[in-house]
Formats: sequence, C-alpha cells, structure tokens
Amino acid sequence: MKLYLLSVYQPDGAPPAPEVLEPIIRRVHALRDELKAAGAWVFSGGLHEASTATVVRVKDGDVITTDGPYIEGKEHIGGFTVIKAPDLDAALEWARKSAKAITLPIEVRPFMDQH
Amino acid sequence: MPEPPVGEADIERVFRAEYGRAVAVLVRHFGDIDMAEDAVQDAFAAAVQRWPSTGIPPSPAGWIITTARNRAIDRLRRESSRDERHAQAAFLLANEPSSDEEDAVPDDRLRLMFTCCHPALAPAAQVALTLRLLGGLTTAEIARAFLVPESTMAQRLVRAKGKIRDAGIPYRVPGAQELPDRLRVVLAVIYLIFNEGYTASAGECLVREDLCAEAIRLGRLAATLVPEDLEATGLLALMLLVESRRAARATTDGGLVLLAQQDRGLWNRRLIEEGQALVRLCLRRNQPGPYQIQAAINAVHSDAGHAAATDWRQILQLYDQLMVIAPSPVVSLNRAVAVAEVDGVEPALAIVEELALDRYYLWHAIRADLLRRVSRYQDAALAYRDAIARTDNAAERAFLQRGLETVRPH
Repeated sequence: MKLYLLSVYQPDGAPPAPEVLEPIIRRVHALRDELKAAGAWVFSGGLHEASTATVVRVKDGDVITTDGPYIEGKEHIGGFTVIKAPDLDAALEWARKSAKAITLPIEVRPFMDQH
Repeated sequence: MPEPPVGEADIERVFRAEYGRAVAVLVRHFGDIDMAEDAVQDAFAAAVQRWPSTGIPPSPAGWIITTARNRAIDRLRRESSRDERHAQAAFLLANEPSSDEEDAVPDDRLRLMFTCCHPALAPAAQVALTLRLLGGLTTAEIARAFLVPESTMAQRLVRAKGKIRDAGIPYRVPGAQELPDRLRVVLAVIYLIFNEGYTASAGECLVREDLCAEAIRLGRLAATLVPEDLEATGLLALMLLVESRRAARATTDGGLVLLAQQDRGLWNRRLIEEGQALVRLCLRRNQPGPYQIQAAINAVHSDAGHAAATDWRQILQLYDQLMVIAPSPVVSLNRAVAVAEVDGVEPALAIVEELALDRYYLWHAIRADLLRRVSRYQDAALAYRDAIARTDNAAERAFLQRGLETVRPH
C-alpha cells in the first residue's frame, strides 16, 4: 500500500452561498465515510482561507515571521485527505470521487516510501 | 550444410522485433523499468558476443528473456548484501518456474503499453516512453525524430519513469469499464507517432519512414491484442492505407505530390489489400468509430484506379458520419475538400471560411487551393503565403511555393 495526498485547490475569496456549500459538505462527509469503510482513509481536514496563513522562514540565520500565504496566487489548498491505495489508479479513482463531490480540482501526489 | 553467418543486421532485426516483449516480461518480473531495460540490454550485448559463433537460437525471444532474467537475478544478488528486499526478490525469482515465459508475452506488452500511455503522463512522455520501451528506439533516435536535444529527451524519459515508479502507476491492463477510454490514449499515441513520421513537422524529409514502420508495428500489436475493440483494427487499417501511398507521395527529389496527381501504379497493393480487408471486417461488425471511418475514406481512395474515378459521394457520406460521432474543425476542413468535388468549390469555400483554424497550415493551404479554383488569385496568393509561414517542413513549403507561383500575376 502506498500513501497519497489528495489536495483540494480552492479559489480565494468568499465561500459559496450556504445552499451551494451545504450539499458539498454532505457529499464530502459521505465520501469520508466511504473511504473509512474501505480502509483507505488515513487523515483529512479542511483549512481556513489562505489569508489566515503565516509564513516562517530562516534568512541569514534569523527566523522571520510574515503574513502568508507563501505562494501568491488566485487559488490555494483548501483542504486535503491522506489515503492508502495499492497504486495510482486506485488513488485516482478516489480523486475522481472527491472532485465530483467537491466540484474543485484535486491534485494527487504520492508520499515517499517510509524507511 | 553450414548456416549462413550471423551478422549485425540479423541481431538488429531480432532487437527491433523482440526488445519490447523482453522488456515487458522483465518489468512484470521485477516491477522496475530501469532494471528491466538494463537486463535486456545486457542480454543483447551477450547475443552480439555469442550468436556469431553459435548461430541465432531457435527462439531468439526466449533466449533473450532467459538471459536477461538471469543477468537481472545476478545483479540483484550482487546488490543483496546492501538490501534485504533485493535478496528476497532474487531468491523468489530464481525459484520461480519459467516454462511459460513466451506464452505470457503478448499480455505483458499490452500491459506495458497501458503503463506508457497512462493519462497521468504528459502526451510527449507517453510517446517517448512507448518508442523507448516497446519500440526499442534509443534516446538519441527518439530525440532526433522529435527534433529536441538528446539531453532534453533523456530528461523527459527519466522524469516519466520516475513518475511511474514514485506515483505507483500500475503495470496492468485496465478493467473492462476503463478499457475503452484507456485504449483511446494508446491508439492516439500510436497515431501521433505515425503522423509525425508521415508528415515530419519540420526538417528536410517529407516522411520519416522509421517512425511510420514503428507506429504500424505497434498498431498491429494493439489490433492483435485487443481484437474486440474495432478502433484498434480501424487505426491499423488507416495507417496501412496511408502508408501504401508513400512511394507515390514524393518525387525523386523529395517534392510533395497530392493524391490527385499521384502515379497510382506506385501504390503498394499488398498494404492496400490488407488495409481494405480490415476495413471490410470493421464494416461487417458495424461498430463505427473515428479511426474506422477514416480508414474507410482511405479505402475509397484506394479503390479508384485514377483520380477522376474517385467516389467522392461515398467519401462525403463517410465524412458526414465522422462529423456526427467525432466532430472537429479539422474533420470539417477535410469534409470541405469532398464537398468541393461533389457540390462545387463555392459551397466548400463557404465551409472553410467559417473554421477557426488560423494556426493550422493545411487550413491556409486548402483555402488557397479553393480560392485559386474560383480565380480569386490575389486572395489565394495571400493564403499560400500564410500556409508557407506555418510549416517548417521543406517539402511542404516547396509544394506551397509552387502553388503560389501559379496565382501570381504574370
């Protein structure tokens, strides 16, 4: 089994209206239950919007803390799920279900093997 | 009686024919593409040493696969002192029965094809991997074929193989539900290789025959391994019929000759017969798809003993069918060429003018030809110039230049 990170890319700005958001949340919960029932779920969570991010970095030996996010852009990671899957095709099948549930693009990345 | 001596050309032939099979089997055994490639290359290096004195063995593929497998196991054993997992793999493999090596082969090549053409890989990487792993082309050959520096192509291959390994792209034929979509990608890659060979997008030669031959070899493999999907058969038929006209398509000095002006005596009858037989098989099964219809269109052209005998009505009907199941501006452009023959040049020109294909040199070339035929010479000259500006293929440019000369004021 390999571990995969499924990241949700979300446009910045106000969240959708409740009547749009509510069914999405319902579908996301149902998918999480499905992942758990299949033994594929490891961890998942949604994030506050990117304007709440803080960046910490080392510059010339000093640690500098600044208002985030780190990468400027119109979209940021809005949430993620870590899953267990036998191969990329299985991971992509979960990603397809996620994309349908959330209606946002999902990026799938493999974790390095643990040694 | 002594056997004729085994030359480099004989081994090269075996290499071209068997490299893909051997790599596919080894990938199944070891689950690692680099290891499989190294082992198969070792085995061919051994063949170059041995075969000139021993002769080519009765089953060259079997010999290569067995030798490659043994080399890989030796290598794993050497490395096993460092890595317990390698030791275990070497033990398991050394004790696995291997009598069915060759029987399992076709399936293995199909699996490898689906791995190389996985949608998680970029199209350029799919093409490069397919030519490298299934075609046995060297990185330098693939780089030359696609006019990129060898280092760029090497990087592309390393990156793609790295993604297969790290992301866990499986080595397997997709399930029935996914198969049609995944096979479309495989066929698209094969057709892309063929087209790149047929009209090299740049360079001095009109055709790069080695790429066409490789695409047909891969298409034959796909059609054989997935006979139930008629699009694979359709693509093979399409490539055979287009390839059959190769000798007639260029003058001795490399100039381009259009279908209507070709010496049909130069057409390869053997390829036409095979292609037409496949088209008839597709028609009988009646599950039309884009490749099958394009093959049928080419089969109609192949039927005509001279250009004037072409059944343009049937061709137009086939394009109408193609526009229903796979509409695209390029199909519409090709259909317009048939419209010009059946309904006249003006209606064809009206269709062409509506298409948003400004970046496609053939749109300009076809438009130029139609404008010339309705005596709008100034507009035709501009269109020829636009077409010339949009292709880097020397033969195509020379052809368009000749067209331009005919519409210039005298």
